[in-house]
Amino acid sequence: MSFQVPIATNRSATGIPTSRLAVWWILASEVVIFGGLIMCYLMFRLHHESWGFEAAHTNPIAGGVNTFVLLTSSLFVVLAHEAAEAKETDKSVRYIWFTIFGGFIFMMVKAYEYTTEITHGYTMFKSVFWSFYYTATGLHGFHVMAGMFIMWMISRDVKKGKNLHRVEIIGIYWHFVDVVWIFLFPLLYIAK
Amino acid sequence: MSETAEHHDDHHPPKYYVKIWVILLVLLTVSIVGPMIGIKWLTLITAFGIALVKAGMVCAYFMHLNIERKVAWYILCATLLLLLVFFTGVAPDVMKPSGTNWQSLYHEPTEEESMVHHGDEHAEDAHHGDEDTHHGDEDAKHDDGHDEHSEDEHHDADSHDEGH
Repeated sequence: MSFQVPIATNRSATGIPTSRLAVWWILASEVVIFGGLIMCYLMFRLHHESWGFEAAHTNPIAGGVNTFVLLTSSLFVVLAHEAAEAKETDKSVRYIWFTIFGGFIFMMVKAYEYTTEITHGYTMFKSVFWSFYYTATGLHGFHVMAGMFIMWMISRDVKKGKNLHRVEIIGIYWHFVDVVWIFLFPLLYIAK
Repeated sequence: MSETAEHHDDHHPPKYYVKIWVILLVLLTVSIVGPMIGIKWLTLITAFGIALVKAGMVCAYFMHLNIERKVAWYILCATLLLLLVFFTGVAPDVMKPSGTNWQSLYHEPTEEESMVHHGDEHAEDAHHGDEDTHHGDEDAKHDDGHDEHSEDEHHDADSHDEGH
């Protein structure tokens, strides 16, 4: 039985390649998930002044370092995409791995933060603020790990010179994860 | 509408992306330093205004939304519109401080209360636990009682909040 490429892979009614269109749809659903969380946070934060006192216990230096790490990893993944477009597969794989490493650093800093906060009594069940903090950053961290895993899978193909267009697809996803953090950072770490 | 997919043909040298990255880092620095000055409106602009600019730059230049077909914009804008509907539908209720058939029993903790509730006591407890494992059980009994009290207070506050 021979494998046939599905017709949807080569055809596009919108002018956007199917895989890229699919990732836009995924991101649209993610906008609702993270956006809904952020909207809920804003409602409570604007209404309850005490949330500012709670936010004073988060670590803005760790948050700032993580913002720097994610912005830098976004740079790496866009460079990986440009390299893939130029068919420079080795270069593209190298940048993908730099991005994965950025995600790893991000998770390590997050693990340090969680450990410090939990051992000092700021657990998920301390207050609604901390419930939100762990839910939002935890869900975001899960997306970072999922992105790292998908990038690892894509890097194996790129190494063989196959499916180079997927570098752009995972790049778009990774940038979105970066954008979510750009909003979480001031909400959780800066506004005291 | 075309039947075949178009790939982005607007390619840039690495220098172009590095330049955007540097601008993003400068904006990040401003968003961290701005709130340190302690002026509320300046914090709002530097933290949240700049977050919007940063997000816009990442979307436009890294995600290439500036050269993407309009349909991607429609998809994303539709979801943002849904968020707006959600906020305007729910916020008037959630953020209302009083009503005709109910009253808010939620006690807004002061800064000091927040400190006591989450503050040094727990850190001290953790420290005791690390330092002296032999007396750990006794300490735990004492601490449990103490924590239970503060937790009750907290549950009360939560249930009031839910009621509200």
